Amino acid sequence: MSRHTRNQILTHLGLIIISLLVMAPVLFALSKSTQTRAQVFHYPPTLGFGTAMIDNYRVAWNDFNLGLYMYNSLIIAAIVMIFKTIFSMFAGLGLVYFDFPLKNVVFYFILFTLMMPTEIMIIALFNLVSDLGWGNNYAALTVPFLASATGVFLFRQHFSSIPGELADAARVDGAGPVRFLWSVLVPMSRNTIGAMALIQFIYMWNMYIWPLVVIRENARQVVQVGLRQMTAQQDVTNWGVVMAGAILAMLPPLLIFIVLHEQFTKGFALGQEK
Amino acid sequence: MSTAKFKGKILPFVFLSPTLFILVVFLYYPVIQTFVLSTYRVAFLGLRKKFVGLENFVDLAQDPNYWHTIWVTVLIAAVVVVGGLGISLAIAMLANQKIRGASIYRVLLIWPFALSPAVAGVIFLFMFSPGYGTVNYLTSLVTGSELNWLGKPSLAITLIIMASIWRNLGYNVVFYLAGLQNLNTEVLEAASIDGANAWQRFWKVTFALLSPMTFFLLITNITYSFFDLFGMIDIVTKGGPLDATNVMIYNLYRDGFEYYKTGLAAAQSVILFALVVGLTIIQFRTSGQKVYYGG
Repeated sequence: MSRHTRNQILTHLGLIIISLLVMAPVLFALSKSTQTRAQVFHYPPTLGFGTAMIDNYRVAWNDFNLGLYMYNSLIIAAIVMIFKTIFSMFAGLGLVYFDFPLKNVVFYFILFTLMMPTEIMIIALFNLVSDLGWGNNYAALTVPFLASATGVFLFRQHFSSIPGELADAARVDGAGPVRFLWSVLVPMSRNTIGAMALIQFIYMWNMYIWPLVVIRENARQVVQVGLRQMTAQQDVTNWGVVMAGAILAMLPPLLIFIVLHEQFTKGFALGQEK
Repeated sequence: MSTAKFKGKILPFVFLSPTLFILVVFLYYPVIQTFVLSTYRVAFLGLRKKFVGLENFVDLAQDPNYWHTIWVTVLIAAVVVVGGLGISLAIAMLANQKIRGASIYRVLLIWPFALSPAVAGVIFLFMFSPGYGTVNYLTSLVTGSELNWLGKPSLAITLIIMASIWRNLGYNVVFYLAGLQNLNTEVLEAASIDGANAWQRFWKVTFALLSPMTFFLLITNITYSFFDLFGMIDIVTKGGPLDATNVMIYNLYRDGFEYYKTGLAAAQSVILFALVVGLTIIQFRTSGQKVYYGG
């Protein structure tokens, strides 16, 4: 066996072992999500396929309201994903394809908000949203998140890398900025849009502390806080059901991830390094 | 940037207005309000407010529990960042080898970042539960007795750190892989010809060329461990045992929303804000140019 082949095999072996280790906690959760209470508490622990799969998922979905919470999370994640992407593209258009006084000031004004995660202003934001009478509705979970420096920054950077002659040509053809955005920039921004959509969906789906403090009514609660309730409400936690909940809660972002991971790598990760 | 422009003085502001409106109302305004609130003592669910100047900050500075909170936050962040980035870089270098199926391995390695810290927390909580947790059973085979992962401070911190690193591994691997693929291989070849061994090539060339990426990940990972771990800590340890995992953001949440000490919690927000600003300035000074504007 040549040295080259041996290295290849070792690399494969290493990568397979690491992939399995990375996957192990989720495989564990998957196995436990099918087990009855007795199977879960069996000693020593078993990692086989249990007999309560359908029951566990049904209880998590119905009795612990995960179906409803996932619906709520899906709505807020979709709203923010769509509008934040559009608003960020508009802002990028304004910053790259127009000249106006104090443009740099405006840009730094936007960039500065990178240093303002929700968590550091959560008390004042809570007061503001309560004063607006938004407690308990989707507005509280969406409106404050419709703009971000990350989004503006990504599109500004990407638009700047697109040759300027294109805008010239569009202007000569009599196209306005909106036409130009729609028929030239959008088709050329697939990776950036995909990366942005993925980041925003995952960010919103995984939101935890803000819905925890601002949503008081269960009908509007989101999936992550739903998981918290599952572990907190039971006297002797029924872990099979909780694991079913964890698996359900990870499916939508994983699906989006599988669809968009290439755009994410090209539009975001490589963009950061360029 | 000399890109051709469209005409109009009002039009750009029309395009910028949705973003600027949201940022002013829901980011700048609350941040300013946070500074204002931090100088008040608020009682009876906001019904009585009294200006106290810097007293909230003085109280925090004199409270050994708060210093403990800062220490725990820094400790967890340091291990999560250094450990997480080290492991991620090693994995990324392995996955960057030219082998068949490389793209499949990449997907298999990076997906956990789609999971929330809360989901990661729930799974790890169960795996390490005394009595029936599988990992706990395995460690008991080695040590001979059950480890009380949730009851012993050092073990609880270890548990949180392991879950945090696992959850963020994929994110770091994506960025390191992207960095490695953009690396100029000619430099590595030149170093090789000049007689540099593998270890020297790694430190003096690969690691040095990746430093802008490392700085970017340093900041995002510090933010991750400062703020995003809230969900995990809330589910797994609730700050315990004996405040061992009571990080700054968890302490702030409890003061603000469980004990209703609004002014005191706002003062903690200001401290966190100062930390974030400090970190960002360091990032811009050291690597910001390359990360953001280069090329």
